Amino acid sequence: MTDFFCARGLSCIRQDRVLFQGLDLELVPGQLLQVQGKNGAGKSSLLRLLAGLSTPDDGEILFQGLPLSQQLDQFSTSLCYIGHQSGIHEHLTALENLAFWRAAYELPYQDNLSLLGELGLAGLEDVPCRMLSAGQQRRVSLARLWLTQAPLWILDEPFTALDQHSIARLQQRFHQQLAAGGAIIVTTHQPLSVDFPSLKTLELAYRW
Amino acid sequence: MVMTFLRRELVLLARQKADWLNPLLFFIIVLTLFPLGVGPEPNQLRIMAPGIVWIAALLSVLLAAERLFRDDYRNGVIEQLVASRQGVMAFVLAKTAANWLSTGLPLVMLSPVVAMLLGVDKAAFIAMMLTLLLGTPMLSILSVLGAALTMSADKGGILLALLIVPLYIPLLIFASAAIEAAGMGLSYSGQLAILVAMLLLALALVPLAVASALRINVS
Repeated sequence: MTDFFCARGLSCIRQDRVLFQGLDLELVPGQLLQVQGKNGAGKSSLLRLLAGLSTPDDGEILFQGLPLSQQLDQFSTSLCYIGHQSGIHEHLTALENLAFWRAAYELPYQDNLSLLGELGLAGLEDVPCRMLSAGQQRRVSLARLWLTQAPLWILDEPFTALDQHSIARLQQRFHQQLAAGGAIIVTTHQPLSVDFPSLKTLELAYRW
Repeated sequence: MVMTFLRRELVLLARQKADWLNPLLFFIIVLTLFPLGVGPEPNQLRIMAPGIVWIAALLSVLLAAERLFRDDYRNGVIEQLVASRQGVMAFVLAKTAANWLSTGLPLVMLSPVVAMLLGVDKAAFIAMMLTLLLGTPMLSILSVLGAALTMSADKGGILLALLIVPLYIPLLIFASAAIEAAGMGLSYSGQLAILVAMLLLALALVPLAVASALRINVS
């Protein structure tokens, strides 16, 4: 199980600027990887590479010992990627957005109402998401993490706009995922408030 | 999955009525202005009717195409859908179906009114309805392709028209030829067969191209 997810010699060039070069990382089940770095250091680009959305300029990414490019379909069923944008349509209600993502991930039926209640969105299920605050929209977007069974999560700035209470709840969910043998890659500027024994940090330096 | 996605698209269309009412209104306005502009001479209108109907249909579908993927691209739905991969094809099919239901089907249903406005006789009217029924799904499929290719471009609308209009031309030629033949009392099954062939070919191949276009646009 040592080769759950790893990357070797990754390079990424955006608009003639080398964001990172020769980057190695390894992730084992139950591990949380926190990617840190200044704005523009290439955190989101790294996450998009790891999610299989774009291809690295150099290097390779291995999932369960096989290169990502050879098994994109299988890899993507093991992945839950929530990017910088929320992935929710502002004219749809929280319930409708959730139903869309449940269908997209081919998940079995679950009680969405009680889940939204648990996330502090009770009474707001039928309101179009554009009427919700930024933090509430984020919560609707992150509600997928309570539905998915994917072992690997890649989350870009999940804590943005969330209040302290929601941040704590999300980190509890991280604990559950790690305890269940999953792995998480996350970018964030804040230090994590809950203690994660398996935490690993990766600092991306800003390069000119 | 396709049904859930289709329901989502229809809910969105019900909430953003301008998206499909605008093209429909455009179609009606063009057709009512034509008799005013070229004069109400019935024979002249009858001769021009096939071309007028199809040009108006084509432009109104084009009008609806630009916004197809815009919102979903901006709020990251497409990026995260591409990352999950399973849903992309169902998403494309749902978008196409919803686009036809909201822009193509209303045109077919409006065709009796159009026939009355332009003084089209019965045989030509039936041909017009048939060509619209077979041709508008093709218009939708191609506009979904154009929208997928141009969704990340700033001035997507102009690019979209440049890309898609050439692909509409064979459809325009055969559809208006069928109506014209029907108006002269000739058989038009050959033109209809070609319309069906084009539709089936597009239905089989274009969704694959759209799915790749979505992937390329987020990578």
